[in-house]
Amino acid sequence: MTAFTSLSRAMLLGWFRDRSALFFSILFPLMFLVLFGGIFSDMGTSKMAVIQVGKVPLLEQSAAGLGDVLEIQKSDDPAAAREKVRQGDVVAAISQQGDALQVSYSAADQVRSGTVQGVLRQVVAQANAVGVPQRFTMTAQQVEDDSLKAIQYVTPGLLSWAVAMGAAFGAAATLVTWREKRILRRLRLAPVALGSVVGARVGVSVAIALIQTAIFLVVASLPFFGLRLSAYWWMAIPLVVAGTLTFMAIGLVAGGLAKSAEAASGIANLIVLPMAFLSGSFIPLDAAPGWLQTLSNVFPLKHLNQGLLDVMVRGQGPLSVLPELGIVLAFGLVISLIAMKVFRWDSV
Amino acid sequence: MGSTIIVNDLRKHYGQVRAVDGVSFSVEEGEFFGILGPNGAGKTTTLEIVEGLREADSGTVEVLGMRPWPRNAKLLTRIGVQLQATSFFERLTAREQIRTFASLYGVAPKKADDMLGQVGLEDKADTPAERLSGGQGQRLSIACALVHDPDIVFLDEPSAALDPQARRNLWDLLRQINESGRTVVLTTHYMDEAESLCDRVAIMDDGRILELGPPASLVRGLESVTRISLETGTLSVESAAEIAGPGASVDDDGVSVTIGTDDPARVLTALAERNLLTGIQVRGATLEDVFLNLTGREYRA
Repeated sequence: MTAFTSLSRAMLLGWFRDRSALFFSILFPLMFLVLFGGIFSDMGTSKMAVIQVGKVPLLEQSAAGLGDVLEIQKSDDPAAAREKVRQGDVVAAISQQGDALQVSYSAADQVRSGTVQGVLRQVVAQANAVGVPQRFTMTAQQVEDDSLKAIQYVTPGLLSWAVAMGAAFGAAATLVTWREKRILRRLRLAPVALGSVVGARVGVSVAIALIQTAIFLVVASLPFFGLRLSAYWWMAIPLVVAGTLTFMAIGLVAGGLAKSAEAASGIANLIVLPMAFLSGSFIPLDAAPGWLQTLSNVFPLKHLNQGLLDVMVRGQGPLSVLPELGIVLAFGLVISLIAMKVFRWDSV
Repeated sequence: MGSTIIVNDLRKHYGQVRAVDGVSFSVEEGEFFGILGPNGAGKTTTLEIVEGLREADSGTVEVLGMRPWPRNAKLLTRIGVQLQATSFFERLTAREQIRTFASLYGVAPKKADDMLGQVGLEDKADTPAERLSGGQGQRLSIACALVHDPDIVFLDEPSAALDPQARRNLWDLLRQINESGRTVVLTTHYMDEAESLCDRVAIMDDGRILELGPPASLVRGLESVTRISLETGTLSVESAAEIAGPGASVDDDGVSVTIGTDDPARVLTALAERNLLTGIQVRGATLEDVFLNLTGREYRA
């Protein structure tokens, strides 16, 4: 075995046997995925509330049968009704203009809005069956302007956060514990090229990030969550690798500044967590004020997010994310230079 | 036999502190060489410069005919270093540790396993390094230092924080290493360790070497007293003073009567005549006395 492979092996074994590292890099982000992606889409209740806006003769015709499935509220204010849908108070708002039935629903509640749409389609179909030619039509429209479903948005954001956290913590913790335990000095006294040591660490971090990505995509694609990947999702791989390198460099800076492993993970947390919020990993930035959207550009995570969203779910072509890839790598380069400045072999 | 290590007028200071202040010595091939001194004497810094971990401000170091600074991979394959703290990869077993170190030197896993047996850890091979006892951990780190069969072995305070039994075991191991023909350089702040193990010892304090030579001749060169102790009550202080004669000291601490004399033969003969040799203790000068003599202060590790 060469120094590179044996060091990589030692680090991977250390990582697999570290329960807290496994928890924070795999399970913890998955918990968020379940929270954000799952809870909204699975709230089965017996009756589903809908709002009828203005007069909807179609509903009134068949109200007797519908009463078992739908709880129909009435309102004359279309805007207020849509707001109620957005808030999740009701599943859908229904209006009728002439022969066209219009349904507004929320993407936050996939299952119930789907059921309601199904029920309404049947109503329309029944009404159509009475007379030929078919009179009634139905269109469904999501109340959110964004065309992405919750899981579609949540997965790339949480993935980029998980990768950033895993890489930054891995690098920071390894550097500090190896320095504290004097493994760095011991390696310096072995005929090992520094490149092998650094290379092994980078290789292990990238491998861990790809494992995270695989687990994430598999879990999010389960029918329960229903993630649909776009054709060029594999472009996420170079993005994840670039993000890993950049956040490893951030971890190395944290590890260089910190005196203990606890301090190193604290510093890494202090950098990554606020960045994740401000870069839209958890909540879309589209609704954020303009200045925040501008500010978010100074964070590498924002560009990683953007790139992952574009290729994984927005269906953009593989070349479209090259700018994001470049930006993330450029951040990595600059931060690596800082990391080299603050690097110390010894704690003394 | 040539010198394997030649150190000439080494100096290193950190700010105002002169950690190493003009140190010169040489170590012969196959020798067991000790650097003895209290904490902060500059032993570790000296050793680190010789190993090539630090650059000296001035002075020269030659190890096996090569300069250790800047980092010299050719030299690194011929020296084995055990560091002060036990430096292990986290969450690996003893066997995984030594195999990892072995592969850094291109040594086969089989040889690594043999080395584990040589330090008596074969039954701990599957134990995580974190769960080894202090003595076992120390033996594992020495095994890791020896796995590539180096010519020179550097040990930095190997027996620090070990219980007496583990220390004795470690000493046996260190003697074996030296008897196998390797040059061993060790720092210690234990006088008895240096006395028991080393062919020659350099006594350091305040960044300088105060004295250098075989422990026995350092002690012998010292005009010091031999202490003879008897149980209190077997001999009164007055008769003890009478036996000891002028120039000797007599002290009774309630447990034993101690006579300090520079003529132990005469005192012992007198005691033998009175049939008082039962339970007697005779203690010659130790390196501690050498240190006291050199610095004028009590040795405190």
